[in-house]
Amino acid sequence: MSLTPAIQCVGLRHRFDDVQALDGVTFDVAPGEVFGLLGPNGAGKTTTIRVLTTLLPAGEGYAAVFGLDVRRQQMAVRRVIGYVPQQLSADAALTGYENVWLFARLFDVPRADLHRRIDEAIRLMDLEPAARRLVSTYSGGMVRRLELAQALVNRPRLLVLDEPTIGLDPVARSGVWDRVRALRAETGMTVLLTTHYMEEAEQLCERVALMHHGPIRTLGRPEELRAELGPEATLEDVFRHHTGSMLDEEGGFRDVRSTRRTARRLG
Amino acid sequence: MSAAPAERRAVSAEVPAAPGWWRLLPSRVLTFWTVEIWRIRHDQQELVTRAIQPALWLLIFGETFTRLRAIPTGSVPYLDFLAPGIIAQSGLFVAIFYGIQIIWERDAGVLAKLLATPTPRVALVAGKAFAAGLRSAVQAVIVFILSALLRVGLIWNPLHLLGAIAVVMVGAAFFSMLSVTIAGVVLSRERLMGIGQAITMPLFFASNALYPVHLMPGWLQALSTINPLSYEVDALRSLLIGTPGRLGLDVAVLAAATTVGIAVSASLLGRLAR
Repeated sequence: MSLTPAIQCVGLRHRFDDVQALDGVTFDVAPGEVFGLLGPNGAGKTTTIRVLTTLLPAGEGYAAVFGLDVRRQQMAVRRVIGYVPQQLSADAALTGYENVWLFARLFDVPRADLHRRIDEAIRLMDLEPAARRLVSTYSGGMVRRLELAQALVNRPRLLVLDEPTIGLDPVARSGVWDRVRALRAETGMTVLLTTHYMEEAEQLCERVALMHHGPIRTLGRPEELRAELGPEATLEDVFRHHTGSMLDEEGGFRDVRSTRRTARRLG
Repeated sequence: MSAAPAERRAVSAEVPAAPGWWRLLPSRVLTFWTVEIWRIRHDQQELVTRAIQPALWLLIFGETFTRLRAIPTGSVPYLDFLAPGIIAQSGLFVAIFYGIQIIWERDAGVLAKLLATPTPRVALVAGKAFAAGLRSAVQAVIVFILSALLRVGLIWNPLHLLGAIAVVMVGAAFFSMLSVTIAGVVLSRERLMGIGQAITMPLFFASNALYPVHLMPGWLQALSTINPLSYEVDALRSLLIGTPGRLGLDVAVLAAATTVGIAVSASLLGRLAR
């Protein structure tokens, strides 16, 4: 049986002034797959996500989510995705419950189901004891889990995570990975995530695309990509082999500023 | 991958049903109102600190100029004449810096997250505009209470008070959209702060909030005519102290200005989110 791809990108190109952010990006993601876009800051990962979440119309090319054209069917696309941006974006002036309520309303969750769906999303992220507390009292890992709850309250078919563990300490990072794994095991939801942490890609992704300065340099299962270079090869080696640079050597001032801002909000 | 891959499932392209426009706009406004009420409830101290400025205007400026009789306001005591102007001013001061919140939301990724929901941009900014309106209305209620304590001769008819609150909400919605529009052009918190401070006082002084228009020099009268704050104050005076005015025209101008403000802000939202 042929399935409509969860994500289809064909020849995406986009330019910001003199920077070619996307350069012929082409890939498919199957329904139920966990797919990672791996690359340093400035590789084009976030731009790809912004195109897929309808936030940015690509200069050229075609992109669809479950067969819905991201350019022409924006509202329909938004109804089937849950999106967690790179920055910690929960509202610190509200409680955890109120934050999830806001997104339940913006996704038009029926009133009859509203409280049950909010409770379900909060429970799934193990935030029940803290749900009625102001988010300003949460740790960074709890804020990230709350954002996952916000993104899940509309029961999306595609969950989009942009650098889900950036700025988190190892314990909080591991907590987020556990939730994504549990979610995947429970719902079979398609997950698209970006990361520049190799360990994260290895832990979570069935397939990864390595991006560098706009194009995808290589794409495949992490174990297959490593095997091509030898038994001891790491994803870092694969990245260096295809791009000639290390993952952590890249990134501009804007990326640093954004990462610092996120880290500052984490406290 | 360490987690066992879940079984692949066939996923249909079925999309959850979307409510029509006629439901979407009020639904989003109600949603942002609710969130604003929660914010106010969690930080009541801000209401108190924001009440200081209007209290000083009424207590010091109002009481002093009432005694001086320096500003001729006919048979209406100056303090009564001033109170509607101060109510409008307190709403203006709340709303004119609302663009800073949008820039903060842009920086924190909140705006991107909101724009990735099935909310048309017009509905999103309308929701924000009337959330600012709600906060200004709460501020207006505090000035009503201050006015009662100072024995200002307002018309305490509940319908008139509700009408005044509605006018304050629409006025604040306009000024918050003016602020979001400036935010969409300058894109930086610091520049918006500077511009906000630069235009707040001219908007206030080039209106009828402190003195009757006929006392102004000709050029200031012309500015007052195109200043939405003048229409807001005029409507509030009609409702709260019974000054003969043009309530229908005032409300129509405010509603039209707010509609234009929402449309312009919505068109700039994409620039802010980029």
